Amino acid sequence: MVHEDHGIQRHTIALLVENKPGVMARIAGLFSSKDYNIHSLSVGETMDPSVSRMTIVTSGHPLVLEQIVKQLRRLIDVIKVVDLTATGEKFVDREMVLLKVNAKGEARAEAMRITDIFRGKIVDVSPETFVIEITGDEGKIQAAIELLKPCGIRELVRTGKVAVMRGPKSLKLA
Amino acid sequence: MAKLKGYQIFWECLLKEGVDLVFGYPGGAVINIYDELVNYPQIRHVLTRHEQGAVHAADGYARSTGRPGVAIVTSGPGATNTVTGIATAYMDSSPVVVFTGQVPTILIGNDAFQEADIVGITRPCTKHNFLVKSTKDLARTIREAFYIATTGRPGPVLVDIPKDVIVGEAEFEYPEKVHIRGYHPSTRGHPQQIRKAAQLMARAKRPIIYAGGGVIIAGAHQELRQLAELTHTPVTLTLMGLGGFPGDHPLFLGMLGMHGTYVANMAISHCDLIVAIGARFDDRVTGKLDAFATRARDEREGGLGIIHIDVDPTSISKNVKVNVPIVGDAGNILSQMLEFLKEMDVDWEGQHRDWLARLKEWDSQHPLQYTYSEKVIKPQYVIEKLYEVTQGEAVITTEVGQNQMWAALFYRYKRPRQFITSGGLGTMGFGFPAAIGAQLGNPEALVIDIAGDGSFQMNIQELATVAQYDIPVKVLILNNGFLGMVRQWQELFFDRKYSQTDISVQPDFVKVAEAYGIKGYRIEDPKDVEPFLKSLVKMKEAVIVDVVVDREECVFPMVPAGAAVSNMLLDRPATEKNGEELKRLLPLNFPS
Repeated sequence: MVHEDHGIQRHTIALLVENKPGVMARIAGLFSSKDYNIHSLSVGETMDPSVSRMTIVTSGHPLVLEQIVKQLRRLIDVIKVVDLTATGEKFVDREMVLLKVNAKGEARAEAMRITDIFRGKIVDVSPETFVIEITGDEGKIQAAIELLKPCGIRELVRTGKVAVMRGPKSLKLA
Repeated sequence: MAKLKGYQIFWECLLKEGVDLVFGYPGGAVINIYDELVNYPQIRHVLTRHEQGAVHAADGYARSTGRPGVAIVTSGPGATNTVTGIATAYMDSSPVVVFTGQVPTILIGNDAFQEADIVGITRPCTKHNFLVKSTKDLARTIREAFYIATTGRPGPVLVDIPKDVIVGEAEFEYPEKVHIRGYHPSTRGHPQQIRKAAQLMARAKRPIIYAGGGVIIAGAHQELRQLAELTHTPVTLTLMGLGGFPGDHPLFLGMLGMHGTYVANMAISHCDLIVAIGARFDDRVTGKLDAFATRARDEREGGLGIIHIDVDPTSISKNVKVNVPIVGDAGNILSQMLEFLKEMDVDWEGQHRDWLARLKEWDSQHPLQYTYSEKVIKPQYVIEKLYEVTQGEAVITTEVGQNQMWAALFYRYKRPRQFITSGGLGTMGFGFPAAIGAQLGNPEALVIDIAGDGSFQMNIQELATVAQYDIPVKVLILNNGFLGMVRQWQELFFDRKYSQTDISVQPDFVKVAEAYGIKGYRIEDPKDVEPFLKSLVKMKEAVIVDVVVDREECVFPMVPAGAAVSNMLLDRPATEKNGEELKRLLPLNFPS
């Protein structure tokens, strides 16, 4: 379908999937073959080791987002799909970033100050560099990166977003 | 519990699934399975001459019988040769289960001899696929493979079995029930939605039923007919839907879309309500999307929108926004809808009288036609006569291109599973092996592959299969020495520059047939067509017929790719100037 640029939305989708080989490939393959966007994807085992939970951040026209959810549900190894953004329920999302920044001279104190402001942690120290760990939502991570840029960021690694609904509601298998 | 070898478990599972016919091609990775085959006389194995042929044959068997088709091939090239067959089955939702041998698990990823990552390769063109890691998982996996292939929206499933799993040992127990926690195909439609659909139908003044292959797969043809007759609603079918509604029924408008009839395309463009059943608004059906069914979709023009019944939620609102989506089995949903409709007090006949009269007028303005010639055989004439001579009873398979469109337009299909064609993928070379599968699935039927000279050569090696097993299929090659459909596009839109479409350097098909010990005939004179076809349908053996037809005949009507479906070419542009005008008008910069 041809869509104009406006009306593009960004959604966070939570999935429960079979924890077995090839499942990631199926999901990644679906996104690439249908030309869907993936902004981030994170995955890890749940309390039940046979099930993994995935969080995908994607964007598109509402009809495309609807298709993405349906296409994900169609995969045999996908057990449950919830478009957290579309449910209208409130959810908490967090991402972690590790930054290796220059820590010589003035930059050393500045990097420490910024880390402090963002309630991050310095997890590795060398005479030349710090490795800083910061956790937060997208806005916070972005702000921290912007402020650390003048110090000189040598490396940046992000986990991708993880998300969970607020309150007692939770994602169940059946 | 008995301990069995993997290769025994394999055949035991097939027996449990009720399989009595498989197509295949042996090789190193599956040699133990083949060795064991001799102990299973209940299962007939048909050796094709190419793995692609095996999958198409299994597909033809599946489409013509409704039962799953099975193919067995070896690892590496055996497996990769199945890909076109699998993709063909996938696009047309055909239940085919393909078993591939694989190198031993310890060698996987090692670039071993005849190793290919077939699970990776076929991931996007199977409904699901499996790599079996241990002999103890084999039975459950096969059970799940058949279950997934045949339920919901059917599709091909591939099971990749490494050699050590085949020769390994495990306790054999065939699972009674299948439980796959991520797979719950919906069958019953939402009653509220069904009621809403019935109410919309009761309001419509110019409704149309647009049905596709889903009707055939669901076995919903009776319900479809009842719906049309009860509500006096005309029916158009997609290519895949042909046979889902009787081709000679007064409410039938013919096929719609790129090569649809004038009346069907006008009807879909002017209707106020579309009832889509088991169809997916393919680009070959809708043409230019913005211009598709504009009246039905425009509320200000009194449009009531689109009702869409489909078992696959992803088919709904994929290309065209739908007003009343109903997910589930078409047969189930239509019977529920009929209940609602029967209770309604509507004068259906009176309400649709004007509409049906208008359709009749369109049909008489531009019926399907061609110009008969006494000098050269017109391909349409061959199909028309074939329809008469076979009294519309033959099972027809087709290749892809002009032969396919003529077979779709000029033969009228009475019942489901009578017309077998590669609609979605458009695979040349499909029809001949598919005819083999259809014939073996329907031993009493007259099975005819309507072929082109290009397509037939793509799986011509299956002549040996036909010869070996005395499979009495008939092949009618509409031989124009061209890749006809591409030539047609070149004629109409590319200044008759016939770039690489002249294939008149070709074998003598009669001699080729004879070389395989099969009867071959050639007909060149229009007056021989009818008498020959009359004798052909009585022949009990395989026959290859080289029908030499008009080299430059075109399929009409034609909606140029990317144009609105109401924008049909009904004949060749009369003059060069008209041709120029045509090119200016049509958005040919659209991709095919």
